Amino acid sequence: MTFDFKMDQPQPRLLDSTRQGLIGTDMARPEGLLKVTGAAAYAADHLPEGCVHGMLVRATVTRGRVTAIDEGSIGDIPGLLGVFHGPKFIRNPAQGMAGESPIRPDTEVHFHGQPIALVVAETFEAAREGALRLAVTYESAPAEVDPETASEVESDEPDTRGDWDDAWGKAAARVDLTFRTAGHVSAAMEPHAAVAEWQGENLLLRGALQMVATNRLELADALGVEPERVRVVSPFVGGGFGSKLGIGPEAVAASVAARDLGRPVRVVMARQTVFDAVLRRTETRQRLRLAADADGKLLALAHDDRISNLPGEGFAEPVSSASRFTYDALAMHFAQEVARNHRTPSGSVRAPGEAVGMITLEVAMDMLAQLLDIDPLDLRLKNVATSHPMTGQAFGEQRLADCLTEGARRFGWADRPAPGTRSEGDWLIGAGMAAAARPNALQESSARVRLTPWGAVVETDMTDIGTGTYAILTQIAGEMLGLPAERVEVRLADSDFPRSPGSGGSFGASSSGSAVFMAAKGIREKLARTLGCDPDDLALQDGIARGGNVERSLADLIDGELGETATVGPGKTAETHASAGFGAHFAEVAVHRWTGEIRVRRMLGLFDIGRVLNERTARGQALGGMIWGMGGALHEALEHDPRTGHIANRDLANYHVAAHADVPGDITADFLPVRDDHANPMQSKGVGELGISGSGAAILNAVHDACGARLLSIPATPDKVIAAMEEG
Amino acid sequence: MRTTLTVNGERHDLSHDERLSLLDAIRDQIGLTGTKKGCDHGQCGACTVHVNGRRVNSCLTLAAMHDGDEITTIEGLGTPDAPGAMQASFQACDGFQCGFCTAGQIMSASAVLEEIGRGEPSHVSSSLSSIDGMTDGELAERMSGNLCRCSAYPMIRAAIARAAEAAE
Repeated sequence: MTFDFKMDQPQPRLLDSTRQGLIGTDMARPEGLLKVTGAAAYAADHLPEGCVHGMLVRATVTRGRVTAIDEGSIGDIPGLLGVFHGPKFIRNPAQGMAGESPIRPDTEVHFHGQPIALVVAETFEAAREGALRLAVTYESAPAEVDPETASEVESDEPDTRGDWDDAWGKAAARVDLTFRTAGHVSAAMEPHAAVAEWQGENLLLRGALQMVATNRLELADALGVEPERVRVVSPFVGGGFGSKLGIGPEAVAASVAARDLGRPVRVVMARQTVFDAVLRRTETRQRLRLAADADGKLLALAHDDRISNLPGEGFAEPVSSASRFTYDALAMHFAQEVARNHRTPSGSVRAPGEAVGMITLEVAMDMLAQLLDIDPLDLRLKNVATSHPMTGQAFGEQRLADCLTEGARRFGWADRPAPGTRSEGDWLIGAGMAAAARPNALQESSARVRLTPWGAVVETDMTDIGTGTYAILTQIAGEMLGLPAERVEVRLADSDFPRSPGSGGSFGASSSGSAVFMAAKGIREKLARTLGCDPDDLALQDGIARGGNVERSLADLIDGELGETATVGPGKTAETHASAGFGAHFAEVAVHRWTGEIRVRRMLGLFDIGRVLNERTARGQALGGMIWGMGGALHEALEHDPRTGHIANRDLANYHVAAHADVPGDITADFLPVRDDHANPMQSKGVGELGISGSGAAILNAVHDACGARLLSIPATPDKVIAAMEEG
Repeated sequence: MRTTLTVNGERHDLSHDERLSLLDAIRDQIGLTGTKKGCDHGQCGACTVHVNGRRVNSCLTLAAMHDGDEITTIEGLGTPDAPGAMQASFQACDGFQCGFCTAGQIMSASAVLEEIGRGEPSHVSSSLSSIDGMTDGELAERMSGNLCRCSAYPMIRAAIARAAEAAE
């Protein structure tokens, strides 16, 4: 039986009255022991009988056409099985939730590093040699690779509110800054991998993927087969961060070769290929304008940006996303330009928009506070939006002000010394703060829950990319059905299971969790009927059902198995109410007086994410996000060759992701107790990306507090810090 | 060519391409896939194993160079039913998220405790002849060859400190 639920009105806070005591706890991950012992099998850990190895070949021109691929050039390699290319191969990974094949360019090349062929051999060593030696000839065409000088620039009408000239004109203080952010990559630790195995006309694809339902459609479309013939499984994913939202070239190439060879084929991208061929986060140039009256009340806020992408790619980094609803101002203005170029195409990298937009807004707020000589905390408190300024929607719940004040108290913000007065030897010490915001959404999602005498089995094609899905779905089902965690089994990431949106946009936990919640709620109603009580009077705990003065074990109450499949989706509350996660960041840094090195000494984040489903996995998400924000502010930058656009620092030695030594021991994340009744039936909000939003700004603002250097370009590497110190 | 490795106490006679890395030997020939390939260039640490008691990036060394060597991998430290002390500590402290770098973190961490126990200094030690003990700074420095993009670093260091305390 299918149970459809649309979120048309707030739902009772059922999880506040259930008895099991699982929801919200810091329960350890049920799959954790598999991970710490090496027993969890990721895509590339599968080598089915007869499996052979494929290596992708990259284009070494930026734009043009492959005129010849000389298979004879590697014909001498023992164990070589074939060179594959052609009209089924995709240019780049699908954008998130595309549900159809990305562009299949056949012989055309649109960016340096584009996968153009696959060499397959009996051994990995032979395949790698073949991919490196394969002779390819090209007809090369001119290509623009610099977003600043692009001749093709697209722009839409700006989104505006109020009378800009009037608001700007009557201000007592104004900030007008240009901020630049470098391109980023997700750099998940697991390189993109696929093992393709045909069983007759049916394909089993083991992949490193975040959204198996749409990935199946994308793969089927690329291959030209019916989706019913494709099964995608991805039960363990070694990190995603947006890079595994869509089907990738490795999966399509492996499937094409496996079909032709009649053998399973494994394709794992080399780390350098992950940099070249997986969607990057665009670099940005942003103009941020703020105007306020003498009391610090915002009058005008404008956030305009320029980003880049390959021609034909629809994704555009929503840079000003959170600037539209964090603060209120009489006049607002948001405009975006997309420069078309032939760098690696851009797409989703953790917290698209906020990761680069919120750092700009929050540095600008710090500059405004400085101009007005107002405490940066007070400036924010004066301007927190009470409804969505651009849509007029009420917020389901909005606890930004509480995050700011309580975070400040915990950090000791009021006790910090005056700017520029603290040093330890050659190190200058400072403190900074920033707000966090990130939209929250409920997406259509289905789940099947079966109650058996043993316990409950949950099935959904939702993925766990490290985010804690196995844990939270165990908790939701256990809480709703009165079962301890060890009597709940969660099965994920198989496209044969009920469809979820997958992991992305911080909507996975609330969406897939709501489906499990509603399916379990349906089972509760059946149990109440059998027991002869009102569902509201049913109490379930440790496998015992109580209601209407009757007490029976669940095993006695069900005849074999009780199943329910629920599909939930957004409804009227998504129109009437805006939903977003909020938070506050505080940071203490040391800046070296002579070298410009920045060391982060302390970070504190306090967040409003509605109901916390699992305190430990939520904290892990928040801390991970905060560290990403730090990395973006201080270290991470894609460096493009100005001639070809290719990524020069295409490995983990040259693109610096935060390491242990970058991360202070004193770093904490915590959550306010909140319920967002309009968000979904569990009153929860997303957390996976919120931690990034603004965390880098708290660090840059602390740098300014320490040494007077105002950094308006990230990463804030020592050369920029020294130059800014000399200016400041 | 032929190489004999002893992995987690079990002898394996391999017939292989000269270019086979120790990592690929462990994963694809011996079938112990708990050790992961994150970069194949010694930049991420996911492939860390112990060779004759020392931690090594197994992607950076050829299988052929280890004839007769004793290798320990993540599977050699424990199983889901009977995890080793460091593995149990990582589970208790949530010292991972996606789990892909985890084998390398745990193999590195268990070697770090031994290195500190032997009094081997690191870049952040105040002297070349002695070390300041098991500080968070020492752990952070010594673990910096193991990247975790989920950035579970605070929980990883808590897990190592917990395991170190338990061992005392």
